[in-house]
Amino acid sequence: MAETLTHIGQTEPRPTGWQGIAADWSSDQRAFKNVSWGKAMMWIFLLSDTFIFGCFLLSYMTARISTRVPWPNPSEVFALRIGGSDIPLILIAIMTFVLISSSGTMAMAVNFGYRRDRRKTAILMLVTAALGATFVGMQAFEWTKLITEGVRPWGNPWGAAQFGSCFFMITGFHGTHVTIGVIFLIIVARKVWRGDYDTGRRGFFTSRTGRYENVEIMGLYWHFVDLVWVFIFAFFYLW
Amino acid sequence: MVDITPADGIPPAEVAEVELYHPRSWWTKYVFSQDAKVIAIQYSATATGIGLVALVLSWLMRLQLGFPGTFDFITPEAYYQFITMHGMIMVIYLLTALFLGGFGNYLIPLMVGARDMVFPYVNMLSYWIYLLAVLVLVSGFFAPGGPTGAGWTLYPPQAILSGTPGGQGWGIILMLSSLILFIIGFTMGGLNYVVTVLQGRTRGMTMMRLPLTVWGIFTATVMALLAFPALFVASVMMLLDRALGTSFFMPAISEMGEQLPHNGGSPILFQHLFWFFGHPEVYIVALPAFGIVSDLISTHARKNIFGYRMMVWAIVGIGALSFVVWAHHMYVSGMHPYFGFFFATTTLIIAIPTAIKVYNWVLTLWRGDIHLTIPMLFALAFIVTFVNGGLTGLFLGNVVVDVPLSDTMFVVAHFHMVMGVAPILVVFGAIYHWYPKVTGRMLNEMLGRFHFWVTFLGAYLIFFPMHYLGLMGVPRRYAELTDMTIMTESAHHLNSFISIMAFIVGFAQMVFLFNLIWSIRHGREAGGNPWRATTLEWQTPHTPPAHGNFGKDLPIVYRWAYDYSVPGAKEDFIPQNMPGSFGPSREPA
Repeated sequence: MAETLTHIGQTEPRPTGWQGIAADWSSDQRAFKNVSWGKAMMWIFLLSDTFIFGCFLLSYMTARISTRVPWPNPSEVFALRIGGSDIPLILIAIMTFVLISSSGTMAMAVNFGYRRDRRKTAILMLVTAALGATFVGMQAFEWTKLITEGVRPWGNPWGAAQFGSCFFMITGFHGTHVTIGVIFLIIVARKVWRGDYDTGRRGFFTSRTGRYENVEIMGLYWHFVDLVWVFIFAFFYLW
Repeated sequence: MVDITPADGIPPAEVAEVELYHPRSWWTKYVFSQDAKVIAIQYSATATGIGLVALVLSWLMRLQLGFPGTFDFITPEAYYQFITMHGMIMVIYLLTALFLGGFGNYLIPLMVGARDMVFPYVNMLSYWIYLLAVLVLVSGFFAPGGPTGAGWTLYPPQAILSGTPGGQGWGIILMLSSLILFIIGFTMGGLNYVVTVLQGRTRGMTMMRLPLTVWGIFTATVMALLAFPALFVASVMMLLDRALGTSFFMPAISEMGEQLPHNGGSPILFQHLFWFFGHPEVYIVALPAFGIVSDLISTHARKNIFGYRMMVWAIVGIGALSFVVWAHHMYVSGMHPYFGFFFATTTLIIAIPTAIKVYNWVLTLWRGDIHLTIPMLFALAFIVTFVNGGLTGLFLGNVVVDVPLSDTMFVVAHFHMVMGVAPILVVFGAIYHWYPKVTGRMLNEMLGRFHFWVTFLGAYLIFFPMHYLGLMGVPRRYAELTDMTIMTESAHHLNSFISIMAFIVGFAQMVFLFNLIWSIRHGREAGGNPWRATTLEWQTPHTPPAHGNFGKDLPIVYRWAYDYSVPGAKEDFIPQNMPGSFGPSREPA
C-alpha cells in the first residue's frame, strides 16, 4: 500500500514511526485507500457542515448567556397538555425517537443494499424517508403551536427575544437538512427499485452511472443530520 | 452467508478516457461545460470582469481623496458604497474565486495527473452559482438606495441602520444573499478540489511529490471549507436581523431619537464570526500565492525548491495557525487584555513558518540559473512585497502598537501590500507562466515588461506613502479629510500623488488586458513546454490540453516536481513522468 514508484520495477521500503504515518497519508494515488470519491466527498462536506451547525449553536449559546432578560423555560414552553396535565418535552421526545429510529432503518437499508436486495433496500429507504417526513411534520406542528402562542422571531411573551430567533433559525436550518434528505432518499430509493445500479443506467442530470455505495453515502448524510439533532436537543431543549 | 462487504469494490483511481462524459453540442462544450479547464476559464473571466468593477471603484475613491471637493457626484454616501464594494469584490469575488476557482480548476487535475475533477457536474454547478452570486452583488448598484456602504466588514449595528447607505434599502440584503450564494457555490467547487487532490492522483504521484502550487491551493481550499461556514452563519443571522427584525447582533439602540425594536443582541458576536472567517481568508488568498510562487521560482531559476518538506509543513502550519488568530482584528473592541495577549502571541508565531518560506525562496534563488522572464520578475516582486507587507503585520499584531494605529491608513497600507498587491503580483506571474499552456501562445514580452515595471513600482508609490499618512493619524474610511488638523498641506499633496499613481497603475492593467486578448491570435507560438518545466501540465500530448487532459493513457510519475539541473542529466530539467535514473536528485527520500 505504502510502496512508492521510484523507477520502473523498483519500490522503496515503508518507513516507520512518524515518517511512516506521514508516508501513509501522502501515499500513492489515494490518501484513504478503501474510500471512493463519493464517500470522501460526503465526509468532507459533513465536516464543513459541522462547522456551520457549530457556529449556529455557539451563536445561540452566546445570545443565551449574554442576555439580561430571563430566558424562557424550555420545559414549560415545549410542554403539551395531554389528559389534563402538562407533560414537558413530550413532543420533542417523540420527535427525537422518530428521528433516531430512522437512523436504524437507514442502517438496515445500507446493509440490504450491499446484499443486492433491491426490494428491501428501497422499502427501508422509503420507511426512513417517511420517518423523516414525520419528523418535519411534527416540527411544523410545534412551530404552529408556538406561533399561535405568540412566539415570533423578534419576540415572545415570556422573556428574551433571542429565544424565538434562535429557535426558528436553528430548527429551521436543521429541518431544511431533513427535508433535503427526505427528497434525496426518495430519489435514491427510486433508482434502487428500478435497478439503475445493476443496469448502469446513467443519471438524468449528471450522465453518470451510480453504484450501491450511493445508499451508504446517503446514509452518512442521514446519520449526520440525526447526530446534529442530538446536539440541538441537548443544548436547546434540555439546557 | 452473503458477502456484505462493498462487493462492487472501490472504483479504480483512474478514469479511462472513454468513461469521461464527452459533450455532444456546442452548448455543453463551451457554456455548460463539465471540463475543469473550461470552468477555470469561466471562473477567471468572471472574476476579472468583476475585478475591473472594483478597480474602477478604487479610482473613484482616489479621485475623492486626492482632489477633495472637485467631483460633486462622489457624495460621502457614494464613497462608503465604493469602499464597501471594492473591498468585498477584491477579497472574495476576485482573489478567492480566481485562485481557487480559476487556478485550482485549471491546475489541480493537470498537475496531479487526473483527467478532470472528480465530480465534474458539481464543479459546473459551482461556477453557475458563483456567477449568480456575482450578478446578485452587481444588482446592488441598480437597487433603490444603491449597494451597501457598511464597509467590507459589514459590522453591525451600523450595517443595517438607515444612516448607512443601503442599510434600510436593498443594499445589505443583496450583499448578504450574494455572500450566502457564493459560499454554497464555493463549497461545491471546494469539495472537488480537495477530493481530487486526496483521492484522484495518478500512479506514482504521492502527496510529497505534488508541486507546491497544488499544496497551496489544496490547503487553502480545506481552510475555506472550514472558515466560510462562520461567514455563512453570520450572513444568515444578519439577514434575519435586517429582514425579520430579530436581534442577534442588534443591541437596544435609538436612531434619530427613535427607539428601534431591536434589543439585547451582541455586535461583538458578529465580529467574532466574521473574523473567524476573515483571518483564514487572508491565508486562503496567500497560500495559493505561496505555492505558485515556489513553482515559478524553481522553474525560472532552474533549481530545485530548497527544503521541499519544510515548505509543505509551513503551508500546513500556517493554515492551522490562522484559525487561532482571528481576534487580532478586534483589539479595539474592548476585549480582555489576556485575550489580546493570547492572540498577539499566536499572531507572532505565524511569522515563523512564513519566514521559513521566505528563506527557502531566497535559498532556492541562491546560485540558481536565474532567468529574468516575466513570471520570474513577478515572483521576485512578490517576495519583496510580501516581506514588506508582512513586517508591518508584526507591528499591527502587537496590541500596544495596534491600538493607536487601528483604523488608520497604516492598516490600509499594510493589508493592501500583504494580501492585495502581493497575491495579485503572483496572479500576474502565474498568468504569464501558464498562458502558453491555456492558449498555445506566449504573451507579448514587451507589453509584459511594461506592465510589470509600472505595476510593481507604482504599487510601492501608492502604498508606501500611505504608511506615512497612517502614522500621522490619517483615518481610513473618511470621505472628507480637508478640514482635519492632522492633514497638513504636504499630506494633501501626498494624497494627490497617491491618486495619480493609482490611475497610472490602473492604466497599466488595461495594457495587460489588451495583451491577454491580442496574444490569443498574435502571440508567438509557444509549443508544449516553453519554460522547460517538469510538472505534468507541460507534458500533455496537446496544447492546449484536450478534454481528458492526457490522451489515452494517464502519465506515471517517477520523481518529484523539482528535478532541475540534475548533474549528469542530458537536459537541465527532468519531467515528472520520465522514468529512469539520471544522477543525484535532491528529492527527499
